[in-house]
This record gives sequence, C-alpha cells and structure tokens, in this order.
Amino acid sequence: MQQVFKKPVSLKDVQTHFCPGCHHGTFHRLVAEAMDEFGVQKRTIGVASVGCSVFLYGYFDIDVVEAPHGRAPAVATGVKRARPDAFVFTYQGDGDLAAIGTSEIIHAANRGEDMTVIFVNNTTYGMTGGQMAPTTLVGQRTSTSPYGRNQGKDGAPIRMAELLAQLEGVAFSARVAVNNPKNLMDAKRQIKKAFRYQAEGKGFSFIEALSSCPTNWGMDPIKANERVGTEMCAYFPLGVFKNAAEF
Amino acid sequence: MAYIEIDESRCKGCGLCTLACSRKLVMMSDTANKQGYVTAVATRQDQCTGCSLCAEICPDVAIVVFK
Repeated sequence: MQQVFKKPVSLKDVQTHFCPGCHHGTFHRLVAEAMDEFGVQKRTIGVASVGCSVFLYGYFDIDVVEAPHGRAPAVATGVKRARPDAFVFTYQGDGDLAAIGTSEIIHAANRGEDMTVIFVNNTTYGMTGGQMAPTTLVGQRTSTSPYGRNQGKDGAPIRMAELLAQLEGVAFSARVAVNNPKNLMDAKRQIKKAFRYQAEGKGFSFIEALSSCPTNWGMDPIKANERVGTEMCAYFPLGVFKNAAEF
Repeated sequence: MAYIEIDESRCKGCGLCTLACSRKLVMMSDTANKQGYVTAVATRQDQCTGCSLCAEICPDVAIVVFK
C-alpha cells in the first residue's frame, strides 16, 4: 500500500481563500506539480498579479514577486534578465492580463521572453466584485453589464491564446480547462509542456486556463463547473494553437 | 485494496469530487466542518479502485489516495 496521490511539495499545506468550486486551486496544484516534476522549486521566482491570484506567495513554497495590476510580464522580464538561471512564471487573471495588462503581455510575448505565463480566464473580474472583463461572454450579466454584455457596444470577448499564438516570439500557446477528468489530464500535460519550453530555454510559453467563478456568476459550484464545459468551451475552444518545438 | 482520505477541515463542500467518481463512492455528508461547509465523505471504500480522479479534481487538494 502506498500513497498514489498527495499534495505537491511546491504547494504549501495551507487553507486557500478561494471560494468553493473555484478552479484556481486546481490550477495552483497543476503548476506546483509541474515545478516538482522539473525539480525547479528552489530556483523558481513566481510573479503574482492583482486579482484572486494575489495571494500566490502564501500558497506556493517558492519566491514570489508581487507585480502592480497587469504588469506581471514586465516584472517577469526584469526578473528573468537579471537572473537567467531562475525559472520564472507569471500567474494572472483575465482582468489583469487581458484588460489592464494587454500592452505588457503582448510585448513580452512578442519579444519572446523566456518565461511561462499562466492566464486564468473566468470571464469576469473575480476579486473586485464581478465586473465585466474583455473575456466576458456576450449576454453574460456582470455587475457592470447588468443587462448582459452587448457585442455592439462592448465588443466580443478576446481569445488571448489565439491572439498570442500569432506572434513570432511565442513558442507555445494552449487553452486548457479542468471541468472534467479528461480535460484536467490534458491541462496537466499542457502545463508541463509549457514548463518544458522554459526548462529547455525554448522561449515564451502561454497557457490560457478556463476557470469557473461560482460566486460572481451567481451559480453553485456544480452549475458553474458545467458552464465551463458548455458556454465557455463553445466560445473559447480548447487546444494547442502553437507548439514551435513540437513537444 | 485502495482507499482515499478526505481532509474534512480543508473541504469546502463544492461537490466536484462527487462528479469525478465514476462509481459514485464519494458523496456529500450532512455535517459541516469548522469552516461551516458541508463536507464530502468517502463511502463503500472496498469498491475504490484508487483512480485518483476525485483527488485530481479537488480544488482544495483535500483528498489523498492510497493504493
């Protein structure tokens, strides 16, 4: 008899502040597992953003820099250039990366900085009270779109994984979800691939992680989990959009 | 013979583990933990295959699996 599943070493044994059913916790674990697999815990420097991911330093047993809202890729650029031996990743939400930090992410990606970006897309500004984000689906009610997102007025949701895949500097871009065991296992593989790109110095790798936000969607965890598979996957297709080194 | 252990104090009662178990061995209990969440419990452990899917899907890493 042996333990076949346990908490990754890179993840601290603490209670998280995430709401019940929020996929942030699952993505934290998958990232920690990838760090364990590559044995880079001791030399990893994470860059946290503003949003529900803000308490990253409390959950990962690694060094973490806290970046201003949206600026995580710019801070990570500095970290990686000052410490080329370090393993650098940013962990950002959609309000942070796709709205406030659009400029930073596009230029960091275009420069092909040797880092990994984990982008958690839950179609809303989770921590600040469920406002409309650039990734909010058309018709979705949020606190700043009480009648639903209007495509004519607010535009259509941004597909970041596809957008970044077009850039020359991006080596790997994929979209994953963890709403069911099949997608979860695939998410685990893709996150490890993204980390492999950095471990082998092959360039910028990007993971868009579709997540639920039961609280701000006004749903119970099971319904919110279902919505990821139905509404979100329909607009944000899962898959690998660029895999330059063909890992 | 496989079995799982659920850390009740960490469980937030989201119920995702009950969906992941194809044999429906993980169910919701009717008791709340210190945080006030109704927690998940493992039942009929003799039928557990140790597939670990309940633990994989748990956002709070509250489940460990032995096989």
